[in-house]
Amino acid sequence: MKKIYILWLRQLKRYLRSRSRIVGSLAQPLLFLVALGYGLGPVFSKAGQGNYIDFLAPGIVGMSIIFTAIFSGIEIIWDKQFGFLKEVMVAPVSRLNIMIGRTLGGGTVATIQGIIVMLISLVFGFRPTSLLGAIAVIPVMFLVAILFTAIGTIIASLLDDMQGFQLIMNFLVMPLFFLSGALFPLQGLPQALLIVASLDPLSYGIDAFRVLLAGSGHFGLGVDILVLGVITAIFLWLGSYFFKRIQI
Amino acid sequence: MIEVKNLTKKFGDFFAVDDVSFHVKKGEIFAFLGPNGAGKSTTIKMLTTLLHPTSGGIRINQHDPVTEPDEVRRSFGIIFQDPSLDDELTAWENMEFHGVLYDVPDKLRGERIEQLLKFVELWDRKDNLVKEFSGGMKRRLEIARGLLHHPKIIFLDEPTLGLDPQTRNHMWTYLRDLNEKEGTTIFFTTHYMEEADKIAERIAIIDHGKIVATGTSAELKEQTKTESLEDAFLALTGKTIREEAAGPNDFMRMARRQWTKKR
Ligand SMILES: Nc1ncnc2c1ncn2[C@@H]1O[C@H](COP(=O)(O)OP(=O)(O)OP(=O)(O)O)[C@@H](O)[C@H]1O
Ligand SMILES: [Mg+2]
Repeated sequence: MKKIYILWLRQLKRYLRSRSRIVGSLAQPLLFLVALGYGLGPVFSKAGQGNYIDFLAPGIVGMSIIFTAIFSGIEIIWDKQFGFLKEVMVAPVSRLNIMIGRTLGGGTVATIQGIIVMLISLVFGFRPTSLLGAIAVIPVMFLVAILFTAIGTIIASLLDDMQGFQLIMNFLVMPLFFLSGALFPLQGLPQALLIVASLDPLSYGIDAFRVLLAGSGHFGLGVDILVLGVITAIFLWLGSYFFKRIQI
Repeated sequence: MIEVKNLTKKFGDFFAVDDVSFHVKKGEIFAFLGPNGAGKSTTIKMLTTLLHPTSGGIRINQHDPVTEPDEVRRSFGIIFQDPSLDDELTAWENMEFHGVLYDVPDKLRGERIEQLLKFVELWDRKDNLVKEFSGGMKRRLEIARGLLHHPKIIFLDEPTLGLDPQTRNHMWTYLRDLNEKEGTTIFFTTHYMEEADKIAERIAIIDHGKIVATGTSAELKEQTKTESLEDAFLALTGKTIREEAAGPNDFMRMARRQWTKKR
């Protein structure tokens, strides 16, 4: 237990100490909020869909979580290159616990990032439907964060250096984000796109955020949580499997 | 304490370690010498559960690193050849992290961290981030960390690389003391022959992945009819400089490999 805690604490300390990383990773969501929020807002309401910022903010929260979480998972490559992973791998700690500690750490960091983005969107006119919803969304954020940290970990245990990073960003993270319904409603989508969106785990995360923050969703909160829970369990299990196989 | 039988590690077609057998007794101080790229670090990685052998058997404290990694991990401490600290943590936090992972009880952990950081003269820098440290200071911190949990076996892969003579001397005195008082088995590599000569009870010399000689320093000198361990070493391993000589450091080697691969 204490070992998981110290692994978690390390992730958190590293995050809190890299101010530039925190600020840097807020730039992108901010840009989306401003450019899309103000840019598409009028069109969105003319189409009778209501306030776009209220619709967009949960999506952008999801975006900051998926980026931060996958990145936290991928950080293992850094640990590999800077050698710290050796120190962890020779320690008498089960690989599963190492994986859990790291994933909880990465998940916490991504959740904090998501909360910060949620607060920032308030400045741009985002108003959650209820305070209760805004609090209840935090554990769901954490679930989504854990899921994508685990995915990042799996990727990292398959790669030896950061050269594949760009590939992962362009062929995995970007599509997961853009096809998730973060930016557009899933209702009334062409069938093919809807199928793709339904296969994207992030869609369920953002849908759940939207239920809790904007009061309406596509799949429904029950389905969202169920899908997220099952997928997270699968990826955690897969993650610890791949983690065990890392050789240095 | 350490038993190795017909140990082999292949990277692709290349035999980094080739049919190596040796044993180290409990409480023994054992030196593992060899030119750059001989396979020393690769052997240590297999002994310490980081790499799986291609074939052959290993027993560390009666346990097999492949099938009983946790028992093996509880038996040893290691000081790696390349850096393995977290630069974003302070010296104290690096020690604390290690102590917790190795189940050193709270009170004892605090005492030992203080004692060891004082020993390597980093106590007044304990709250500094490791990235602000010089190379030698980092090395000292790694040594202090490796000793924190009082393991039964200590592996040291070129521990004195980049350390000044004072610190080297200081470190070996401490290790010998530990060896005498607690019966700690010590397995180390070094490129300083006088160090091996002075400290090791028994020596194995490895070259191109194969062990070419084993024995006490005196036996090796006698076998090669030479005056010093350095001459014995050269007689056994030849005088050609190894391809790896440019950087006795996996990190640089890795960087170079990637560089050449890209082009
Ligand atoms: N992961 C790897 N993939 C491919 N080749 C490797 C790998 N690790 C080591 N080697 C090769 O195996 C050989 C033995 O390397 P090793 O690091 O064990 O040498 P060493 O005896 O520790 O040398 P040094 O004194 O330079 O530290 C070298 O030729 C090295 O290039
Ligand atoms: Mg080496």
